[in-house]
Parts: sequence; C-alpha cells; structure tokens
Amino acid sequence: MRNENQQMEGHDEKKPDYVKVVNSNQFKKLMHNKKKFIVPLTVFFMIFYFLLPILTSYTTFLNKPAFGDISWVWLFAFAQFIMTWVLCTIYVKKAATFDKQADQIIEDQLKKGGTTK
Amino acid sequence: MNLTYFLFFICIVICTLIITHWAAQHTKTTYQYYTAAGSLTGIQNGMAIAGDFISAASFLGIVGTIALNGYDGFFYSIGFLVSYLIVLFFIAEPVHHLGKYSLGDVICARFPSDKIRMMMAVGAFVISILYMIPQLVASGLLIRLLLDIDYSTSVVIIGSLMTIYVVFGGMYATSWVQIVKTVLLMSGTFLLALIVLSRFNWSISALVGQVKIGTPLADQFFLPGNMLSNPVEAISLHLALLFGTAGLPHILIRFYTVKNVKEVRRSLVTASWIIGLFYVITLVLGMGTVAFIGWDQLVVADPTGNLAAPLLAEALGGDFLLACISAIAFTTIVAVVAGLVISATTAFSHDIYHHIIKKGRATEKEQLRAAQWTALGVGITATLFALGLKNINVTFLVSLTFIVAASSNLPVLLFTIYWKRFNQTGVIVGMASGLIASMMLLLFGPHMMNLDGGWIHGEALFPLSNPGIIAIPIGFLGAFAGTMLSREKSQSNNTYAAFFIKAQTGIDTRRDGA
Repeated sequence: MRNENQQMEGHDEKKPDYVKVVNSNQFKKLMHNKKKFIVPLTVFFMIFYFLLPILTSYTTFLNKPAFGDISWVWLFAFAQFIMTWVLCTIYVKKAATFDKQADQIIEDQLKKGGTTK
Repeated sequence: MNLTYFLFFICIVICTLIITHWAAQHTKTTYQYYTAAGSLTGIQNGMAIAGDFISAASFLGIVGTIALNGYDGFFYSIGFLVSYLIVLFFIAEPVHHLGKYSLGDVICARFPSDKIRMMMAVGAFVISILYMIPQLVASGLLIRLLLDIDYSTSVVIIGSLMTIYVVFGGMYATSWVQIVKTVLLMSGTFLLALIVLSRFNWSISALVGQVKIGTPLADQFFLPGNMLSNPVEAISLHLALLFGTAGLPHILIRFYTVKNVKEVRRSLVTASWIIGLFYVITLVLGMGTVAFIGWDQLVVADPTGNLAAPLLAEALGGDFLLACISAIAFTTIVAVVAGLVISATTAFSHDIYHHIIKKGRATEKEQLRAAQWTALGVGITATLFALGLKNINVTFLVSLTFIVAASSNLPVLLFTIYWKRFNQTGVIVGMASGLIASMMLLLFGPHMMNLDGGWIHGEALFPLSNPGIIAIPIGFLGAFAGTMLSREKSQSNNTYAAFFIKAQTGIDTRRDGA
C-alpha cells in the first residue's frame, strides 16, 4: 500500500499531500467545529421527532387540552414544524463560517501544494 | 368535458410546452441536459425541490387521509418535513461536492468501479420507476374521475407530456415545470384554505366544531390513534419517512442544478418552508372537507379519500374552482413524473451507457443523443406499466420507495461519505441487503398478503405494513457486516484523505457555470 501511495505522488509532484492536510490543525478544527455543531442538534431533533409517536402511542397525557380547544398533541406537532424551520436557519447561518474555513484550507494548503503549516 | 375544464387544461399544456421549447433551445451539452448547467438560484431550486417532492399522493392523499383519520394523517406531513434536516445536515453538501450528474458519481468518487456504478444506477433506476408507476396509475384514475376521460387516454396524455418535457427540454424544462407547479399549487391551495376559513368567519373553533359534527370520529378526530393504533407501526412509519427523503435519487440530483453549496443550502431552506406551509394548508383543507362535505359523502365518492380536495373545491366554488384545483392536481402529477423520468434517465444514460458501456469515452453528442433516447424509453416503459396495472392497488409502492431508499441508498451514502473503513464489499452487501429486505418484508406483509384480495392469498407472514423499523437497520447492518467481513484491503490513507477533503471542502468541484 505504501508503494501505491508513493507511486501516485511520484507522478505529479504538485499534488498536495492529502494525508497531511487531513491531519493539519486547520482541517481538524473544521471537522471539530462541524461535529460540535451537527451532532448535538441531530441528537436533539431525533429525540424530539420520535418522542411524539412514542408518547402518542404509549401514553395519553398529551391528549389533554393545553389551552382552549387545542390539545398538547397539536402543539407538539406544530413544534416539529417550527423546529425544522429554526434548525434549518441556524444551520445555514453557521455553515457560512464552515465555508470560510474550507476556503481558507483550500487557499493555504491545497492550491499551494501543501507547503504551508 | 365542459369548456371551463378544457380551457384550464389546454392553458397548462401550452404553458409547459412553451417552457419545453425554450428549454430545448438552451440544451446543447450534457451539463445543460442533466443539471441545467447549474444555473438555478437557491430559491428557484428550492421551489423545484418542493415541486419534485410534493406528489399527487401528498396533495390529494394527505388531504384525504386527514379528512378520514384526523390527527394521524398529519403524521405523514411531519415526517416528510423533518426528513429535510437529515438531507441538509449530512447529505446535500457532500453530494454536491462529489457528484457530477448522478448518485453513482458520488459513490464512485470514492470507489471507482463499474460494478459499484452499476449497482447504484440500477438502484436509482428501480426506485424512480417504482415511484413513477403509482403516480401514473393514480393520475389516470384521478383524471378519469374528474374529467370523464377514460383511464388509458389520461395515462397516455400524462405519459407523453412527461416524456416530451424530458426528451426535449432535459433538466431545464423539468425544473421550470416544477417551479410553475409549486407556484400554482401553493397559490391554489392557499386560496382554497382562505375560502374555508372565511366561511367560518376566520374562527378556528367554529371550524373545529363543525368538523366534530361531520365525522363519525367526533372528538377522537383531533386525537392520535385512529389510523396507527399499533405503536410499532407508528414508529416504523416515522422512521421510513425520516430517512427516506435522504435516499431518493430524484431529490438528490437536484443538488447539481445550483452552482455552489451556499445555493444548495438556500434551496433546502426554501424547500422546507414551502413544504411545511403546504402541509399546514392541507390540514385546513382536510378539516374543511369534513366540515363541508362530511365523512359519509367523501367515502361514497372515493373510499381512499383521494377526492377530498376536488370535492371541497366544488363545494366551495362550484365548477370553476373545481376546474382550477383539477388543473393544479394535473400539473402536480406531470411535474413529479417528469422529475422521476430525468432521474431514471440519468442513471441509465450517464452511469450505464456513458461510464460502463462506453468506458467514459462517449462524445458529448453521443451522450446527449443517448440521454434523449433513454428518456423516451423510460417514458414509454412507465406508461405501458401504468396502463397494465389499472385495476391493481399500487399505492403501497409509494411507501415502498421510501423504505427502499432509506434502507439501501442512505446507508451506502452515509458510510461512503463519513466512514473511513468502508469498502466496496460493504457498498454491494449494503445495497443488496437493504433492497432485498425491504422487498421481501413488503411482499410477505399485509399489503401484498392478505385474505381479502391480496396478491398472495393467505395470512401475512410479516405483521407490519410499514417494515421500515426492520428493513432500515438491515440495510445499515448489511453495509457494516459486508465491510468488516470482507478480506478486501482498506483504502490507502491518501486516497481516502483526498476523497474526504473533497467531500468536506469541495476542492476540484467548484463549478464555473460554463
């Protein structure tokens, strides 16, 4: 496998050393930031999403009216809509910073053939 | 057929054909044919995604399901919407970075092999055709009920329209037909919802009161448990809805029609707003149907409830509004099936013809020609199937596609993008096990096997009609086990690193829009 790598790089010296880029602090930071953002949100929305069918299937306390005619099941259902819209918007805001980091990595490490950092 | 209907239909047919004519003049290269040259803005693409996604089954089916089952019908809407979070967080950006035209491109960016490409192409092709057939069958039945044209004629009309759009106009025509459809669908249903509310002086509680009188469920209408009384069934359905969208090829190829990831995200935000608002509107329409038509009459007209929205339109605005809603339903159908035709076409002509048969050496001209012939073939095949399946209940095929997508495409996509150890055996075992498991569980489930009128006469061997809860884990486990048990060498660090960087940053795939 080593030979394969060396051969591949031997053909084209300008080709960046991708392993080095992946292990660079810059790239690690990008992946860390993404993970720190996406994983907790995903855990949250999965729990929130499956909680509704689980609660409506196994319990009935959500059937009680919340206020007026509207019961908790409806509030929970609409909360899922709000959650989707809010999380989408937050993600788009946050992703702009990921784009900047990614552009920086391309600029610093890949275009110049992995010489810096 | 009366004149009002005729005018509405002719108007839509002419508009879409003008779009196709314009599109045909702009379609000279494969890049233009398959992806509209990445020329759509995020907002346009978001409208096209909504147009691709909201099928006639969503529009007519969900209004009907809500009218018949109350709260449980709304479960579908929630699942369809929340599924976009999975697409946005995990799938959309890497797919845009890694692929050129098809889903096969994405997987082959990491595992360049004909076998894998074939597998992905066949998967995408099968899913698209399976999804197209019920849409066509439903549209034939619907147009027959609404306009009194016979089933075969309706299917042939819709089949030829979708084929014409895609053969001549490629992705340009498909996208713009979908955008027009979204505008018509949203404005038409919004108007209908406003009329419903205005009849009750904008008082929700008056509407709610009337609904309770109109349905035999009474108070229970607004509470869960009418349709999905089995908890496992409910959770299983939710699972398939949540994971299905992220594996649907006709949705995923829409991430190539914009020029960068910023626009990809903007498309998804736009789509999620449109789709979410649409489902709120369908809720009002479902309740309106019960309030104005009543459960008894709805079931007499059509026991599946699919005619709820048209009946409501007729009750509220007479012939004119009915013609308008029928025309919208018609546009909805052609827009969705056109999206499916182009997705099946890409899988065949780009992946199988260009890459596998021609070893990637077909000229632009040959590729374009092949794509157009494929689109023609796909259109005719689907139409013939739909003509033959008239008397068979095929609505379960819609849920089947979601389950197949979630249990075969999604595990393979996720592992390819995020799991370093993943290998080719994993791709093949994952695809195959997901596909076979979902097909088998459906075949021996209550949809196909039942004592009154099932395809297989007998007690269902598998008790759930929503097999997602079993099939989806089987797909993931298959991909995992295939990887761990194979003796295949794992990829060299450098190959994987190059792929991973491309997936995460998009280097080398910046599209210049030329």
